[in-house]
Amino acid sequence: MQAAVTGTLVLVGAGLMLIAAIGVVRMPDLFTRMQATTKAATLGAGLVILGTAVNFATFSVTTRAVAAIAFVLLTAPIAAHLLGRAAYFLGVPLWEGSVRDELRDRYDWETHILDSEVRPEGALPPDHPRA
Amino acid sequence: MNGSFPVNGFIEVTAMLMMSVGLVLAMLRLVRGPSLPDRVVALDLITMLGLGMLAVYSMATGQTAYLDVGIVLTLVTFIATISFAYFIEKGTGRGGGN
Repeated sequence: MQAAVTGTLVLVGAGLMLIAAIGVVRMPDLFTRMQATTKAATLGAGLVILGTAVNFATFSVTTRAVAAIAFVLLTAPIAAHLLGRAAYFLGVPLWEGSVRDELRDRYDWETHILDSEVRPEGALPPDHPRA
Repeated sequence: MNGSFPVNGFIEVTAMLMMSVGLVLAMLRLVRGPSLPDRVVALDLITMLGLGMLAVYSMATGQTAYLDVGIVLTLVTFIATISFAYFIEKGTGRGGGN
């Protein structure tokens, strides 16, 4: 029973991380690639660590596994958010099939502050790659 | 006994194989780019795969110390990604980067 649960968790986790890696290669632009890694890879690593906890079934390993899962779940979204924001300011191009850019003209390009309304003066600077 | 793995190591070998293929694919994205954030995303994914491989290896060998290595690995990569994002945003020449 314990072996079956461990094997299922480890294999599903490893499969999710493989799917994330395929997504990183196949997805058309940076933001869709980040979608693949931040969700699938985080869940995959969490499942593999959970499988480790089930396999050993001791107090010390379970504590460390829970700490590792909590840490990954806390830090991965923060890192992805910061990196995506920095990439948007850098001017990384969106996929040409993208239908919507909600952030366009809502950022103050001097202070990097986001506004909920479209700024009339918020057009991109002329030297910006996305302008 | 703890640390013994089921079905003659079939599961550990399969999981390691899947994550190794993932490592190769992530390395491909790391080499191809094309932008710096793409490479940082690939590095992030490589760390996640390394964490999974360490967990599977700790099961295969029965050494629980590899889990601690995994925790430290994620911590270091989190700091690295944060600082990459900070300097990418600062490098655009506008904004305070905070």
